Amino acid sequence: MGNTLFDKVWDRHVVKTIPGGPSVFYIDKHFIHEVTSPQAFKGLRDRGLRVFRPAQVVATADHNVPTIHQELPIKEELSRRQVEQLTKNCAEFGIELYGLGHPFQGIVHVIGPELGITQPGMTIVCGDSHTSTHGAFGTIAFGIGTSEVEMVLATQCLMQSKPKLMRINVEGKLNKGVFSKDIILHIISLISASGATGYAVEYAGSAIRDLSMEARMTICNMSIEMGARCGMIAPDETTFAYIKGKKFAPAGEAWNKAVADWKTLCTDDDAVFDKELHINAADIEPMITYGTNPGMGVKITGHIPQLTEIDEREKPSFEKSLHYMGLNPGEVMKGKKVDYVFIGSCTNSRIEDLRKVAAFVKGKKKAPHVEVWVVPGSKQVEKQAIEEGINKVFEEAGFFLRQPGCSACLGMNEDKIPAGKYCISTSNRNFEGRQGPGARTMLASPLTAAAAAITGEVTDVRELI
Amino acid sequence: MSKSINIIKSTAVPISIENIDTDQIIPARFLKATTREGFGKNLFRDWRYERGNDQHPIADFPLNDPTYSGKILVAGKNFGCGSSREHAAWALKDYGFDVVVSSFFADIFKNNALNNFLLPVLITDDFLQQLFDAIYENPKTEIEVNLEEQFIKVVATGASQSFDINHYKKTCLLNGYDDIDYLLNMKSEIEDYEKGRIVYG
Ligand code: SF4
Repeated sequence: MGNTLFDKVWDRHVVKTIPGGPSVFYIDKHFIHEVTSPQAFKGLRDRGLRVFRPAQVVATADHNVPTIHQELPIKEELSRRQVEQLTKNCAEFGIELYGLGHPFQGIVHVIGPELGITQPGMTIVCGDSHTSTHGAFGTIAFGIGTSEVEMVLATQCLMQSKPKLMRINVEGKLNKGVFSKDIILHIISLISASGATGYAVEYAGSAIRDLSMEARMTICNMSIEMGARCGMIAPDETTFAYIKGKKFAPAGEAWNKAVADWKTLCTDDDAVFDKELHINAADIEPMITYGTNPGMGVKITGHIPQLTEIDEREKPSFEKSLHYMGLNPGEVMKGKKVDYVFIGSCTNSRIEDLRKVAAFVKGKKKAPHVEVWVVPGSKQVEKQAIEEGINKVFEEAGFFLRQPGCSACLGMNEDKIPAGKYCISTSNRNFEGRQGPGARTMLASPLTAAAAAITGEVTDVRELI
Repeated sequence: MSKSINIIKSTAVPISIENIDTDQIIPARFLKATTREGFGKNLFRDWRYERGNDQHPIADFPLNDPTYSGKILVAGKNFGCGSSREHAAWALKDYGFDVVVSSFFADIFKNNALNNFLLPVLITDDFLQQLFDAIYENPKTEIEVNLEEQFIKVVATGASQSFDINHYKKTCLLNGYDDIDYLLNMKSEIEDYEKGRIVYG
């Protein structure tokens, strides 16, 4: 029996397996940010330890940073202190920091790939659940808690049990107006927010292979929203072309050697998965969520389930969710009024996302009652957007291009959606209060979000393109 | 943090909501601290208090309802999904819970809980329903969780179910060991591994 992509990368990183227990698992790259690392550094200090392999750790400030006037000191005291603490920790322990103002600063899952740090066959962790993003490169990448951040800082290893394996095959051509965000929202709506818990997921099939790296990252990013330990896509020519020439990518002879090895990182024909799903790309339509977990999504032309369609045990949670959202069972989503549009987050804030949105809104204007925030994923994305004149397109449309950070994805800084307001968001979570206490989030693709910005209501973008 | 756990006998607090994510357990705006202490007061902050007013507890939320108390939290399926924030485990532990019972746990939460000596007990949907029914009928229902023997039991009726935990983790919890202690002892093996590591640049 052959090996899966996951097996191949896993086997390379097992230092030792404890009989009847987990494996000691080696981590190639460790990303850290200001929110989930301070207690880990404190732990190191308390134990009198140094960072074991500081050259394999990269830090950035993203979760808690303002997205306007980044040149000024952070106003909010606790946020400022947390960011300062990161700077101090990185200096003390010899870790490279792409902090506020640095040309490489940005959301951790945007900068890793764009700098060429993320490469096929690696293991990558970060104290952040969307670390699964990096799996788009054929990498085992997953989120960890702060105690685990401390373990990796101290030993470059974690204790890990091998997950079960699932493959999701998406075959065929995508319909007009359907993007990778719709693919993943479609999958999660099918298998639920816990449907892949305990599994590592490989995405395969012609519809996946046809996607750009940015689009693949969007899919892997949201693997965690169905509970998966990680999401992966086998590296191919698209992957190599993306990495080539990036700042930290191998070059010269090392590049040739790397690519030859990376080409072996694919699932063998006779490999077997614990579970396999087949999806026809033609069945996927633009998606939108109506509830308070990412599995509560419907086709843009669809309606919220009727109470009779909901399992008895799930009814209380379903009703609580709709109550929070101010929506009713059976309601149609199309035409619902929208107050805010947020285009950003590690799911959809890469240059390709901004380009697509700009191409669509060029010459159009936002609806007067809608507030539109576009938050680039990194300093490099921002710079490129300005170089390409995308900032001008947004300005003319009435979209506010802010500075890089997590922003309204989690509402940890001032970028919050007010209570009761509806926001179409390209981020990955529609949990209660995620975008601010009382905020009502509807997840969608960048184009569906942009269409809502123009019309002021939930819109089927296919009618506008 | 109390290290090492074995037998916990206590009444329980029921929250029969599914897919409780870590943003509910501890909202992002409380993650600005740089220490592990004091998160308990903001546990389930937005479900516990009226919006923007911590003087106004929401009376029927189980943590505010004096009928329910104890060291065991019994919660709906898929507990702890979403963000990897370990602050969720810290908040539960700081509030006074030693055990969380559910019919499904998100992976990262489970690891975070175990790393903080908060025991996640995984049971079937049916047994979970039985527990909710028992607690709603009599909030004084005592539940025993026995790690050594790997079972959870309603003391009065004897209704019980066994639960899984891997041998390594169980030993850690019973003896108060950390993964980090184990890994630190492996330094030379890790260095040996590194000699054969594949690195391109
Ligand atoms: S953008 Fe959102 S999901 Fe991504 S790392 Fe930041 S907070 Fe997490």
